[in-house]
Amino acid sequence: MIPAFGSGWLALLYKELLRFWKVAFQTILAPVLTALLYLLIFSHVLETRVSVFDGRVAYTSFLIPGLVMMSVLQNAFANSSSSLIQSKITGNLIFVLVTPLSPLDMFAAYVLGAMVRGLVVGLGVFLVTGWFASLSIQHPLWVLAFALLGSAILGTLGLLAGMWADKFDQLAAFQNFLIMPLTFLSGVFYSIHSLPPFWQALSHFNPFFYMIDGFRYGFFGLSDIRPATSLAVVAVFCLALTAVALTLLKRGYKLRH
Amino acid sequence: MPPAVEIVSVARRFGAVQALAGVDLAVEAGEFFGLLGPNGAGKTTLISILAGLTHADSGTARVLGHDVVADYRSARRLLGVVPQELVFDPFFTVRETLKIQSGYFGIRDNDGWIDEILHHLDLATRADANMRALSGGMKRRVLVGQALVHKPPVIVLDEPTAGVDVELRQSLWAFIRQLNRDGHTIILTTHYLEEAEALCGRIAMLKSGRIVALDTKQNLLSGFAGLTVRLSASALPPAWEPRVLRRGEGTYLLSLSDYAELERLLASLREAGVKVQELALQEADLEQAFLRIMARHR
Repeated sequence: MIPAFGSGWLALLYKELLRFWKVAFQTILAPVLTALLYLLIFSHVLETRVSVFDGRVAYTSFLIPGLVMMSVLQNAFANSSSSLIQSKITGNLIFVLVTPLSPLDMFAAYVLGAMVRGLVVGLGVFLVTGWFASLSIQHPLWVLAFALLGSAILGTLGLLAGMWADKFDQLAAFQNFLIMPLTFLSGVFYSIHSLPPFWQALSHFNPFFYMIDGFRYGFFGLSDIRPATSLAVVAVFCLALTAVALTLLKRGYKLRH
Repeated sequence: MPPAVEIVSVARRFGAVQALAGVDLAVEAGEFFGLLGPNGAGKTTLISILAGLTHADSGTARVLGHDVVADYRSARRLLGVVPQELVFDPFFTVRETLKIQSGYFGIRDNDGWIDEILHHLDLATRADANMRALSGGMKRRVLVGQALVHKPPVIVLDEPTAGVDVELRQSLWAFIRQLNRDGHTIILTTHYLEEAEALCGRIAMLKSGRIVALDTKQNLLSGFAGLTVRLSASALPPAWEPRVLRRGEGTYLLSLSDYAELERLLASLREAGVKVQELALQEADLEQAFLRIMARHR
């Protein structure tokens, strides 16, 4: 038997996909339902009270891309982080670590697996919420670029959190005290122009803001800042995180002792 | 041909504990090799360094000539490790687990070999059962299967029969023996010394991170087992205390070098007026050799 060297990462990617697919109620349907509930409640309460982009876009329409991107980001993070920490805590990560998989192989498989889950959930949210507003996509390539980069960033952050955390409690802290606030304060539910100047300025230090704003530009052709600027910020952030993750994987940080 | 496993001056410290203190070891291709030692001796650390799970502070380890750090991809392709801990992924069935593990090594269409593994490990009827639904012994056999999916020429078994019942243990050893006859190098750690005695050609004994014995099984038995005497008596003269391997209530397991020493023991007991209820000589076995070697390196 002569193994086809170099293709091992595809098996790890397959495992990552099969893992979330086997519990699709929890990993796909539940976040779609959560996003739908957000839409029903927020649009019912705020539709007539909030004006976005000087009234050129209805609030419900404005909200949908934000919810789609929020779902993409949160689920991409959840996939890689939970997979890695479960494998670490139950000990079955050893079956990955004793194989010829390189740091790049592991990175590619975990992050791509996370991206697929994030994008599948995002597509589900888009299809379900699309019934509640007329929505057209003005610039599909911008939508795709921000969805891919956003899910890659959160997939990488999930990988880093999974490597760093030694127990579920630490992972929950990472999620609740970092990922959730950055997501909710990124303009999912509002345009940053509606914020006081201090909070508006602070939003510019939140990388999630650029992901959401750029993604939303793809739908409406309108955004709080120039989409090219958002794309540059997001791309640099993605590259920086990738470099950190690959360096730590190469060192075996908290994986190999 | 390079040795199956070559370990040169490998040292590893965990905080205040010197887990390995400069271990040198070579296992030739095709050997059935035993790695024995008490808990905490450093066996699992040594195996972990070989598998790339732990970094050595110094020294080098090679699998069939491939350095486990510099050339880790080749080294890991040549090595199969059965871990000591009973670990599994609860999301998958037995067959999925083995197919995914094959995939990590870049092997597709491995169904024929996977079926053979399942048959030899008596798991064929549970191939489509979820890992969670298996007994402890079955999970342990899946671990063995995972280590074998890529047909590694060097197989390391870290306590592979813990929790496996006697009948299945026999079939597992028959399978491992067959692999050894087919040319696979086997390195075994076990607390069942009778297993090591029955299977291994050469044996290394580790204690406190050092190799304290390394020889063929025959040489270890003839060199260290000596005479073991089981004595039931009211007391034991103090001069014989250093020879006690184990003691119970009124019973002593004594290690003697030869029959002349047995004569001296009996004379000493008569002189001291000790009443002997029972005295039995035991045949030399690996457990006695192990106990003597460990006692010598207290």
